[in-house]
Amino acid sequence: MTKMTLAKALNAGLRKAMEADPKVLLMGEDVGKLGGVFRITDGLQKDFGEDRVIDSPLAESGILGTAVGLAMRGYRPVCEIQFDGFVYPAYDQIVSQVAKIHFRTHGHVRMPMVIRIPYGGGIGAVEHHSESPEAQFAHTPGLKVVTCSNPVDGYFMIQQAIASDDPVVFLEPKRQYHADKAEVYESTPLADAQPLFTSRVVRAGSDLTLLAYGPMVKTAMKAAEAAAGEGRSVEVVDLRTLSPLDLAPVYESVRRTGRAVVTHEAHSNLGMGSEIAARITEHCFYSLEAPVLRVGGFDTPYPPSRIEEEYLPDLDRVLDAVDRTFDF
Amino acid sequence: MSELLAPTPTGGPDFVQLLTPEGQRVEHPEYSFDVGEADEAEVVRGFYRDMVLTRRIDTESTALQRHGELGIWAQLLGQEAAQIGSGRALRPQDYVFPTYREHGVAYCRGVDPLRLLGLFRGVDQGSWDPRQNNFANYTIVIGAQTLHATGYAMGVQRDGAIGTGDPERDTAVIAYFGDGASSQGDVNESFVFAASYNAPVVFFCQNNQWAISEPIERQSRIPLYQRAHGFGFPGVRVDGNDVLATYAVTQAALQRAREGNGPTMVEAYTYRMGAHTTTDDPTRYRMSEELEKWKLKDPIARVKVYLTRNALADQDFFDEVETEAEQLGARLRDGCKALPDPSPLSIFDQVYVEQTDELAEQRDGYAAYLETFEGAH
Repeated sequence: MTKMTLAKALNAGLRKAMEADPKVLLMGEDVGKLGGVFRITDGLQKDFGEDRVIDSPLAESGILGTAVGLAMRGYRPVCEIQFDGFVYPAYDQIVSQVAKIHFRTHGHVRMPMVIRIPYGGGIGAVEHHSESPEAQFAHTPGLKVVTCSNPVDGYFMIQQAIASDDPVVFLEPKRQYHADKAEVYESTPLADAQPLFTSRVVRAGSDLTLLAYGPMVKTAMKAAEAAAGEGRSVEVVDLRTLSPLDLAPVYESVRRTGRAVVTHEAHSNLGMGSEIAARITEHCFYSLEAPVLRVGGFDTPYPPSRIEEEYLPDLDRVLDAVDRTFDF
Repeated sequence: MSELLAPTPTGGPDFVQLLTPEGQRVEHPEYSFDVGEADEAEVVRGFYRDMVLTRRIDTESTALQRHGELGIWAQLLGQEAAQIGSGRALRPQDYVFPTYREHGVAYCRGVDPLRLLGLFRGVDQGSWDPRQNNFANYTIVIGAQTLHATGYAMGVQRDGAIGTGDPERDTAVIAYFGDGASSQGDVNESFVFAASYNAPVVFFCQNNQWAISEPIERQSRIPLYQRAHGFGFPGVRVDGNDVLATYAVTQAALQRAREGNGPTMVEAYTYRMGAHTTTDDPTRYRMSEELEKWKLKDPIARVKVYLTRNALADQDFFDEVETEAEQLGARLRDGCKALPDPSPLSIFDQVYVEQTDELAEQRDGYAAYLETFEGAH
């Protein structure tokens, strides 16, 4: 057992995956000597060599496109996109090639690839460094999309994503990288960890179901704590997987609580919350006491960092939505 | 055509030609037609046969589109030498990343021509297993496959399958693309990656002068092969209508890659004698006299002249090839019409290696819906 941050946990998980399978390669900008701008790949090139930890030219489509070829040759590339807002040059390769090759080839060619993207705001960064593009990938058949919220999940989920034979977009909440430490039991066999494409109830409650993922799980937990002070019992679900969604535990919860709020940093319009609200409505219609409410980033470009706290859903905006569901 | 981009009429160092449009063998200081132990005349007869059959695949498929049996067809008419010359230079372990027009290369790799039709008939999006012939599925997004080729070549490097001296192990990768694709970011990124890692890949550009309606001058102010130098690897222009020269140049480039000496760009200077696809109408944007000029450089005619004039093939041979082409045409006509439509439910099956519950649920829902129709069985 080691106490570690999310950044360290991801690093340890990557190391373990590379030890387990010599076909696993890391590639991206500055992932080698520098260890990545967030140091997630720190020390890995030194230990695994330049052939397995590949400093790529500064071209995101190039990274993803060559990863397709490496996968066709039998490798398992783990691509790092340096920041969320830089993924778009690679969007064509991801959406038109990575996501479709298995389908196009009738399963003859697999794309066992992980696309790691640090995402989300709250770090005072300049434009293009704080975005939440998850819905754009979750909308694409052929991709799987997951996100971790804490060091323990980070450690196991990155290994599970690498072991997956389907392409996985792995979203890492960058403001959590160095935020909190947690005890990670590294000796736990991967098979005993919670399956990758499943959600988890992280706090039990009976009055309302609050759904969050990635960076917003921490905010949701605080909101539940604050609500408890006002006599409201909020159940919190960490969704963990965005495509496929694992909503069976959510339906079970909402049937008990009758109320649901979904929160994410991404824009509300056609965000994950829209799909989740639709599905909850479809599956729990007769149990709902109020419409499913969404608390997301506004439908504006991500703002200058001095006012990003206004844009990001916070404790008060989540609680406000919780309150509003009791007005119906 | 701009003089700047055109090769010198008599060939020269930037235009490798070994067989003139008039069917004359000519020497080149760097490249020669070397078939090793094989009988040269037999190899040339083989190229002739390959090109005639490839042209038949093309004309037959064009006709099938005209008869409504294919939704669309991407014609290669005029590019047979570029494809057969390069395709025949490949070894079994080499790997090909084609566009959607590489019917001649597919034929060289042993892909059943009937399988090419699935994509264009709309019954399939990739009907051959790439692993069987080391021939990837057709890529429609322009230039995307050049990065796949480069990545595959990086994998070849990591497997130690270059520079061993073992002719059955050392492996090259070839990426096909066109003059239009040379403007794509992915193609330029693939040049950067291949140069940076010295990857064993050959960038084979068929410059057929037209990207649908846009002439080569819209894509480049310099001959395309010269771009390679700016990326740090050699580029060579070859008469793409000369099957002997294309074979020689591609063979050298592939061998260079297999030996671990990195990428080469080959610009096969050719001409798209047909339309971009069967939906295109080239009379709207190009002069018919241009086509007439290129018809004089026909890749097949010059080989026939060469074989005949030098008594390397007799009429029986040409008749046999013609009969074979007729048989192939008939097989394509019958086979195309017999290609089955996929079952509607099959679209759910190969989205993922590990099926998701939500997609399985969608599939089951649609299956149940289909069951509600009378005569569903």
